[in-house]
Amino acid sequence: MSDASILKIEGLEAKVADEDLPILTGVDLEIGKGEIHAIMGPNGSGKSTLAKVLAGHPGYEVTSGSVLFQGSNLLELEADERSQAGIFLAFQYPVEIPGVSIANFLRTAVQAHQADGEELDIFEFSDILTERMELLEMDVTFAERHVNDGFSGGEKKRNEILQMAMLKPKLAVMDETDSGLDIDALKVVASGVNTLTEEDPEMSILLITHYQRLLDHIEPDRVHVMVDGRIVRSGGPEVAHQLEAEGYRGWSEADSIADGV
Amino acid sequence: MPQNETIQDLGLDEYKYDFVTETEPVFRAEKGLSEEVVRQISAHKEEPEWMLEYRLKALDVYNSKPMPKWGGDLSSLEAVLDEIYFYVRPQDQMERSWDDVPDEIKNTFEKLGIPEAERKILAGVGAQYESEMVYHSLREEWAAQGVIFDSIEDGLKNHPELFREHFGTIIPMHDNKFAAMNSAVWSGGSFVYIPKGVSLDTPLQAYFRVNQERMGQFERTLIIIDEGAQAHYIEGCTAPVYTTESFHSGVIEIVVKKNARFRYTTIQNWSNNMYNLVTQRSMVHENATMEWLDGNLGSKLTMKYPSCYLIGEGAHGEIMSIAYAGDGQHQDTGGKVVHVAPHTTSSITSKSISKGTGRSTYRGLCKVHKGARHARSNVECDALLINDTSRTDTYPYIEIEENDASVGHEASVSKIGEEQLFYLASRGIAKDEAMAMIVRGFIEPIAKQLPLEYAVELNRLIEMEMEGSVG
Repeated sequence: MSDASILKIEGLEAKVADEDLPILTGVDLEIGKGEIHAIMGPNGSGKSTLAKVLAGHPGYEVTSGSVLFQGSNLLELEADERSQAGIFLAFQYPVEIPGVSIANFLRTAVQAHQADGEELDIFEFSDILTERMELLEMDVTFAERHVNDGFSGGEKKRNEILQMAMLKPKLAVMDETDSGLDIDALKVVASGVNTLTEEDPEMSILLITHYQRLLDHIEPDRVHVMVDGRIVRSGGPEVAHQLEAEGYRGWSEADSIADGV
Repeated sequence: MPQNETIQDLGLDEYKYDFVTETEPVFRAEKGLSEEVVRQISAHKEEPEWMLEYRLKALDVYNSKPMPKWGGDLSSLEAVLDEIYFYVRPQDQMERSWDDVPDEIKNTFEKLGIPEAERKILAGVGAQYESEMVYHSLREEWAAQGVIFDSIEDGLKNHPELFREHFGTIIPMHDNKFAAMNSAVWSGGSFVYIPKGVSLDTPLQAYFRVNQERMGQFERTLIIIDEGAQAHYIEGCTAPVYTTESFHSGVIEIVVKKNARFRYTTIQNWSNNMYNLVTQRSMVHENATMEWLDGNLGSKLTMKYPSCYLIGEGAHGEIMSIAYAGDGQHQDTGGKVVHVAPHTTSSITSKSISKGTGRSTYRGLCKVHKGARHARSNVECDALLINDTSRTDTYPYIEIEENDASVGHEASVSKIGEEQLFYLASRGIAKDEAMAMIVRGFIEPIAKQLPLEYAVELNRLIEMEMEGSVG
């Protein structure tokens, strides 16, 4: 693999833990530093499972294949260690943590990312949080609300972007970030992501989406089509347009025509 | 790591103040409950004749009532009671100042952080050591305002009329078996009177502590908030761990008069062998407000249902409670609101956490009597289960005799879910910290009502017990 690679997945197979139900059937994917990749595919093709497997969800079991993150074996790390190593998963359905303020939650998370358990300076944290919220054009009172509790779909997704902005991952996996958003909310979220990638051109992004519309706002370098648990085609942004026009019909029987990564 | 292993180690039930200080009691009555013991208690306290008669009558009532068949398991309680000393008095004299308190007792208090707490914001500290108030102070300006904050014994001695007018009127001896027991052998507790129109900004605080093996503690508290007055009373309490079973049965009587406002806050963290059976009730008069804030940790079995009798028009009652049931513990708690007068309002918010084989029960009553027109009440009880072996039950009794009452009830049961833990893990947060965060968040609506240092202590207790729990 090249030095510029951040993530390299080879022959990845995974199933639901405790069940004999394979979902990923041999995923190959390589993402370079600073690249934006999109994975598209029909419902049930395994897109979200791939995202969860990368983040270390305990509900899935990897049965075969390898995942290298910055050249190291990602699969031997626990979920919290993966986050600390620089992987961020923006959830399709962010989870509610009632009674815990976003500020408190983020402070704990940022503390967990400190090298060698160094104590986080609370004033410094507060300044950074304010700065990040301004960057994303968010009202600072947002940080006092309880994590995702009673949030609209748009607020939940913006909260994910705020967390991403605070944790500054090397690779952000965004799982159907566009689902459940109206066009205005989608633009706000996309603009947040673009702000972060402009700020840190080395950050890589894996966008998982159903629809072309997110890709109108966040332009991918590569687009992959996933069907039945593996990537069946890869190409430039034109692949997304083609899919939008033709749909996924016929893909499930199609042979892999992936043109290499 | 298996999830259960992590969760098992949450360990809030492991008692924080596990130490015992050697103190020789000056006087200790014989084991068990008898007329002789009751007479000795009364004689020791140099009580008026009416109180001795009251105690003896209460003993008859206690003996005539069967053990309750509802609530928690009391099947082994009678054997426990036979082995209990119903009265232990550590000192002959009430201490006037901190300097006079014996060193051994001071050491115990110091381990609990009381002098430090006092230095900060505590105004009047009534510290109950074993059965007696040994240290009691009250800020001078309060005294100047006519505020009374005494031990219950001094209340009887120094304010006999005020005492007799209210004592036993809110919770009569016949109310229940353990109220009768307390009425027979009560010892220690607070007597508080806030005069008309007096408003206290700083809470009154009483610390007390059970520190004698096989000793029962029967604190009795009587609080009278006169018209238009406002106050907050806080009672925090801890007990050391013993191997034999122990028993606590308090009676707390509160009168909140017209336009007055009162809050009673308790955080109790009993050792795991304690039977904790407490009756606490308030009479709330016209346009007055009563708030109970009740936190129950530890004990083998707690049965406790703070109640508000809304007897004056426009009276408001509020009950907020947190219960934590660890392995082998049963918290049978809740609240009672009784609407007697028109336009009365009430709310009950109950949060329970059950861990391991712990069991929490919400048991509540909302009663709207005939004539209590336009009553409004809302009950919300939420249970959080940590393990598959944890248990929770809900018994909301609702009795309504007026058709324009508005009564709401919501109950929820949740389990710390894999998705919540994964969400926090995906932000780099380790499992023990994630668990602590979820539990803290769950109790936050009530914890935020606590004075800051209590909220901090509660949170710290949760954190401390979870530190290093993931191996």
